[in-house]
Amino acid sequence: MSVVPISYYLVLSAILFGLGAVAVVFKRNIITIFMAIELMLNAVNLAFVAFARAHGQIDGLVFVFFVIVVAAAEAAVGLAIVITITHNRQTLNVERVNLLKL
Amino acid sequence: MSLPFALFFLCALLAVVGAVLLIVAREPIHSALALVLVMMSLAVLYLLLGAEFIAAVQIIVYAGAIMVLFVFVIMLLNAGVEERTDWSRIASFGGTTLGVVLLAVVAFRLARSDVGSGIANGGGSSSQAASTRDLSMALFQQYLFPFEATSILILIAILGALVLARKDE
Repeated sequence: MSVVPISYYLVLSAILFGLGAVAVVFKRNIITIFMAIELMLNAVNLAFVAFARAHGQIDGLVFVFFVIVVAAAEAAVGLAIVITITHNRQTLNVERVNLLKL
Repeated sequence: MSLPFALFFLCALLAVVGAVLLIVAREPIHSALALVLVMMSLAVLYLLLGAEFIAAVQIIVYAGAIMVLFVFVIMLLNAGVEERTDWSRIASFGGTTLGVVLLAVVAFRLARSDVGSGIANGGGSSSQAASTRDLSMALFQQYLFPFEATSILILIAILGALVLARKDE
Protein backbone atom coordinates (compact mmCIF):
# COMPACT_ATOMS: atom_id res chain seq x y z
CA MET A 1 0.00 0.00 0.00
CA SER A 2 0.97 3.57 -0.54
CA VAL A 3 2.18 5.90 2.16
CA VAL A 4 1.24 9.32 0.81
CA PRO A 5 0.71 11.54 3.90
CA ILE A 6 -2.75 13.01 4.41
CA SER A 7 -1.30 16.52 4.51
CA TYR A 8 -0.42 16.22 0.79
CA TYR A 9 -4.07 15.59 -0.05
CA LEU A 10 -5.19 18.43 2.23
CA VAL A 11 -2.75 20.89 0.65
CA LEU A 12 -3.92 19.88 -2.83
CA SER A 13 -7.52 20.33 -1.66
CA ALA A 14 -6.69 23.80 -0.30
CA ILE A 15 -4.94 24.78 -3.56
CA LEU A 16 -7.93 23.67 -5.66
CA PHE A 17 -10.37 25.47 -3.34
CA GLY A 18 -8.28 28.66 -3.52
CA LEU A 19 -8.13 28.50 -7.32
CA GLY A 20 -11.90 27.99 -7.39
CA ALA A 21 -12.44 31.02 -5.16
CA VAL A 22 -10.13 33.09 -7.39
CA ALA A 23 -12.05 31.93 -10.46
CA VAL A 24 -15.39 33.01 -8.93
CA VAL A 25 -14.07 36.58 -8.49
CA PHE A 26 -11.97 36.57 -11.68
CA LYS A 27 -14.39 35.28 -14.29
CA ARG A 28 -17.15 37.39 -15.82
CA ASN A 29 -19.04 34.62 -17.59
CA ILE A 30 -21.91 33.28 -15.50
CA ILE A 31 -21.41 29.67 -16.71
CA THR A 32 -17.68 29.74 -15.87
CA ILE A 33 -18.44 31.12 -12.39
CA PHE A 34 -20.81 28.21 -11.92
CA MET A 35 -18.07 25.78 -12.99
CA ALA A 36 -15.70 27.36 -10.44
CA ILE A 37 -18.26 26.58 -7.71
CA GLU A 38 -18.22 22.95 -8.86
CA LEU A 39 -14.41 23.04 -8.63
CA MET A 40 -14.65 24.18 -4.98
CA LEU A 41 -17.12 21.37 -4.23
CA ASN A 42 -14.64 18.90 -5.73
CA ALA A 43 -11.83 20.27 -3.55
CA VAL A 44 -13.96 19.79 -0.42
CA ASN A 45 -14.80 16.24 -1.55
CA LEU A 46 -11.09 15.43 -1.77
CA ALA A 47 -10.59 16.61 1.83
CA PHE A 48 -13.59 14.47 2.93
CA VAL A 49 -12.19 11.33 1.28
CA ALA A 50 -8.70 11.95 2.69
CA PHE A 51 -10.06 12.34 6.23
CA ALA A 52 -12.29 9.28 5.86
CA ARG A 53 -9.25 7.24 4.82
CA ALA A 54 -7.06 8.64 7.58
CA HIS A 55 -9.58 7.88 10.33
CA GLY A 56 -10.76 4.60 8.82
CA GLN A 57 -14.39 5.71 9.00
CA ILE A 58 -17.10 5.39 6.37
CA ASP A 59 -19.02 8.59 7.21
CA GLY A 60 -16.73 10.81 5.14
CA LEU A 61 -17.48 8.79 2.02
CA VAL A 62 -21.24 8.98 2.71
CA PHE A 63 -20.91 12.77 2.96
CA VAL A 64 -19.07 12.85 -0.38
CA PHE A 65 -21.93 10.84 -1.90
CA PHE A 66 -24.48 13.37 -0.63
CA VAL A 67 -22.37 16.31 -1.79
CA ILE A 68 -22.28 14.83 -5.30
CA VAL A 69 -26.08 14.29 -5.29
CA VAL A 70 -26.75 17.85 -4.11
CA ALA A 71 -24.25 19.18 -6.68
CA ALA A 72 -26.17 17.41 -9.43
CA ALA A 73 -29.47 18.93 -8.28
CA GLU A 74 -27.79 22.34 -7.92
CA ALA A 75 -26.34 22.13 -11.44
CA ALA A 76 -29.75 21.34 -12.94
CA VAL A 77 -31.52 24.24 -11.20
CA GLY A 78 -28.59 26.64 -11.64
CA LEU A 79 -28.28 26.06 -15.37
CA ALA A 80 -32.05 26.54 -15.73
CA ILE A 81 -31.61 29.93 -14.01
CA VAL A 82 -28.71 30.73 -16.37
CA ILE A 83 -30.92 29.96 -19.39
CA THR A 84 -33.71 32.17 -18.01
CA ILE A 85 -31.30 35.06 -17.33
CA THR A 86 -29.86 34.79 -20.82
CA HIS A 87 -33.33 34.84 -22.36
CA ASN A 88 -34.28 37.93 -20.36
CA ARG A 89 -31.03 39.96 -20.55
CA GLN A 90 -29.49 38.66 -23.81
CA THR A 91 -26.05 38.36 -22.15
CA LEU A 92 -23.89 35.94 -20.17
CA ASN A 93 -21.82 38.70 -18.56
CA VAL A 94 -22.60 39.03 -14.84
CA GLU A 95 -21.86 42.77 -14.94
CA ARG A 96 -24.89 43.26 -17.20
CA VAL A 97 -27.14 41.52 -14.68
CA ASN A 98 -27.50 44.59 -12.46
CA LEU A 99 -31.20 45.03 -11.85
CA LEU A 100 -30.73 45.03 -8.06
CA LYS A 101 -27.77 47.43 -8.14
CA LEU A 102 -28.15 51.02 -6.96
CA MET B 1 10.13 7.47 -5.28
CA SER B 2 7.47 4.79 -5.05
CA LEU B 3 4.64 4.34 -7.52
CA PRO B 4 1.85 5.83 -5.31
CA PHE B 5 3.92 8.96 -4.75
CA ALA B 6 4.58 9.32 -8.47
CA LEU B 7 0.90 8.75 -9.25
CA PHE B 8 -0.15 11.28 -6.60
CA PHE B 9 2.18 13.99 -7.88
CA LEU B 10 1.18 13.36 -11.50
CA CYS B 11 -2.55 13.62 -10.71
CA ALA B 12 -2.06 16.58 -8.36
CA LEU B 13 -0.13 18.39 -11.09
CA LEU B 14 -2.84 17.61 -13.66
CA ALA B 15 -5.55 18.84 -11.27
CA VAL B 16 -3.78 22.13 -10.51
CA VAL B 17 -2.98 22.69 -14.21
CA GLY B 18 -6.64 22.05 -15.05
CA ALA B 19 -7.80 24.51 -12.38
CA VAL B 20 -5.38 27.19 -13.68
CA LEU B 21 -6.55 26.52 -17.26
CA LEU B 22 -10.15 27.03 -16.08
CA ILE B 23 -9.18 30.53 -14.91
CA VAL B 24 -7.06 31.64 -17.88
CA ALA B 25 -9.24 30.20 -20.66
CA ARG B 26 -11.30 32.83 -22.48
CA GLU B 27 -13.82 30.44 -24.04
CA PRO B 28 -16.30 28.76 -21.65
CA ILE B 29 -15.98 25.45 -23.51
CA HIS B 30 -12.22 25.41 -22.79
CA SER B 31 -12.96 26.02 -19.12
CA ALA B 32 -15.41 23.10 -19.16
CA LEU B 33 -12.82 20.75 -20.68
CA ALA B 34 -10.23 21.90 -18.08
CA LEU B 35 -12.75 21.10 -15.33
CA VAL B 36 -13.20 17.59 -16.79
CA LEU B 37 -9.41 17.18 -16.54
CA VAL B 38 -9.54 18.19 -12.85
CA MET B 39 -12.38 15.74 -12.15
CA MET B 40 -10.62 12.85 -13.91
CA SER B 41 -7.41 13.34 -11.93
CA LEU B 42 -9.44 13.62 -8.70
CA ALA B 43 -11.07 10.27 -9.56
CA VAL B 44 -7.60 8.69 -9.79
CA LEU B 45 -6.73 10.24 -6.41
CA TYR B 46 -9.90 8.70 -4.92
CA LEU B 47 -8.77 5.30 -6.27
CA LEU B 48 -5.38 5.93 -4.64
CA LEU B 49 -7.20 6.60 -1.35
CA GLY B 50 -9.06 3.29 -1.65
CA ALA B 51 -12.51 4.78 -2.37
CA GLU B 52 -13.47 2.84 -5.52
CA PHE B 53 -17.19 3.64 -5.38
CA ILE B 54 -16.60 7.38 -4.97
CA ALA B 55 -14.13 7.28 -7.88
CA ALA B 56 -16.73 5.59 -10.10
CA VAL B 57 -19.46 8.05 -9.03
CA GLN B 58 -17.06 10.94 -9.63
CA ILE B 59 -16.54 9.88 -13.25
CA ILE B 60 -20.15 8.85 -13.96
CA VAL B 61 -21.99 11.72 -12.25
CA TYR B 62 -19.49 14.61 -12.26
CA ALA B 63 -17.37 14.11 -15.37
CA GLY B 64 -20.27 12.43 -17.14
CA ALA B 65 -23.67 13.87 -16.28
CA ILE B 66 -22.95 17.29 -14.77
CA MET B 67 -20.25 18.32 -17.25
CA VAL B 68 -22.39 17.14 -20.20
CA LEU B 69 -25.13 19.41 -18.83
CA PHE B 70 -22.65 22.32 -18.72
CA VAL B 71 -21.37 21.69 -22.24
CA PHE B 72 -24.96 21.35 -23.46
CA VAL B 73 -25.92 24.74 -21.98
CA ILE B 74 -22.74 26.35 -23.39
CA MET B 75 -23.70 25.12 -26.85
CA LEU B 76 -27.37 26.01 -26.38
CA LEU B 77 -26.59 29.61 -25.40
CA ASN B 78 -23.76 29.89 -27.96
CA ALA B 79 -21.39 31.23 -25.29
CA GLY B 80 -18.38 32.92 -26.88
CA VAL B 81 -15.29 34.75 -25.64
CA GLU B 82 -16.02 36.58 -22.42
CA GLU B 83 -15.86 40.36 -22.35
CA ARG B 84 -13.30 42.30 -20.34
CA THR B 85 -14.00 45.72 -18.86
CA ASP B 86 -12.20 48.03 -16.44
CA TRP B 87 -14.22 46.55 -13.64
CA SER B 88 -13.07 43.03 -14.47
CA ARG B 89 -9.42 44.16 -14.21
CA ILE B 90 -10.08 45.50 -10.70
CA ALA B 91 -11.90 42.29 -9.87
CA SER B 92 -8.97 40.21 -11.11
CA PHE B 93 -6.62 42.11 -8.77
CA GLY B 94 -8.98 41.54 -5.86
CA GLY B 95 -9.46 37.90 -6.80
CA THR B 96 -5.75 37.15 -7.00
CA THR B 97 -5.11 38.87 -3.66
CA LEU B 98 -8.01 37.00 -2.08
CA GLY B 99 -6.72 33.68 -3.41
CA VAL B 100 -3.16 34.25 -2.19
CA VAL B 101 -4.36 35.27 1.28
CA LEU B 102 -6.74 32.29 1.47
CA LEU B 103 -3.99 29.88 0.40
CA ALA B 104 -1.49 31.39 2.86
CA VAL B 105 -3.92 31.14 5.79
CA VAL B 106 -4.92 27.54 4.98
CA ALA B 107 -1.31 26.43 4.40
CA PHE B 108 -0.22 28.09 7.66
CA ARG B 109 -2.98 26.36 9.65
CA LEU B 110 -2.23 23.01 7.99
CA ALA B 111 1.48 23.32 8.70
CA ARG B 112 0.84 24.16 12.37
CA SER B 113 -1.80 21.50 13.05
CA ASP B 114 -0.96 17.93 13.98
CA VAL B 115 -3.36 16.52 11.38
CA GLY B 116 -0.66 16.91 8.74
CA SER B 117 1.57 14.37 10.44
CA GLY B 118 -1.00 11.58 9.95
CA ILE B 119 -0.65 9.04 7.20
CA ALA B 120 -3.54 8.85 4.75
CA ASN B 121 -3.08 5.24 3.74
CA GLY B 122 -0.93 2.55 5.27
CA GLY B 123 0.30 2.17 8.84
CA GLY B 124 -1.76 1.87 12.01
CA SER B 125 -5.04 0.10 12.70
CA SER B 126 -6.98 2.79 10.84
CA SER B 127 -5.43 1.79 7.52
CA GLN B 128 -8.26 -0.63 6.74
CA ALA B 129 -9.73 0.52 3.44
CA ALA B 130 -13.47 1.16 3.55
CA SER B 131 -14.95 -1.13 0.92
CA THR B 132 -17.96 -0.46 -1.27
CA ARG B 133 -19.82 -3.08 0.78
CA ASP B 134 -19.25 -1.08 3.99
CA LEU B 135 -20.36 2.10 2.23
CA SER B 136 -23.60 0.51 0.99
CA MET B 137 -24.30 -0.92 4.45
CA ALA B 138 -23.89 2.54 6.00
CA LEU B 139 -25.95 4.16 3.22
CA PHE B 140 -28.92 1.80 3.50
CA GLN B 141 -28.98 1.37 7.30
CA GLN B 142 -27.55 4.30 9.22
CA TYR B 143 -28.16 6.93 6.52
CA LEU B 144 -31.36 5.49 5.02
CA PHE B 145 -33.52 8.57 5.73
CA PRO B 146 -31.07 11.11 4.21
CA PHE B 147 -30.65 8.77 1.24
CA GLU B 148 -34.41 8.69 0.63
CA ALA B 149 -34.59 12.45 1.20
CA THR B 150 -32.13 13.00 -1.66
CA SER B 151 -34.58 11.33 -4.05
CA ILE B 152 -37.19 13.95 -3.09
CA LEU B 153 -34.52 16.63 -3.56
CA ILE B 154 -33.70 15.36 -7.07
CA LEU B 155 -37.42 15.28 -7.94
CA ILE B 156 -37.88 18.88 -6.77
CA ALA B 157 -34.75 19.91 -8.71
CA ILE B 158 -36.12 18.36 -11.92
CA LEU B 159 -39.46 20.15 -11.46
CA GLY B 160 -37.70 23.42 -10.63
CA ALA B 161 -35.46 23.19 -13.69
CA LEU B 162 -38.48 22.51 -15.90
CA VAL B 163 -40.45 25.44 -14.48
CA LEU B 164 -37.48 27.85 -14.68
CA ALA B 165 -36.33 26.99 -18.19
CA ARG B 166 -39.84 26.91 -19.66
CA LYS B 167 -40.58 29.47 -22.35
CA ASP B 168 -43.28 31.96 -21.40
CA GLU B 169 -46.23 31.77 -23.76
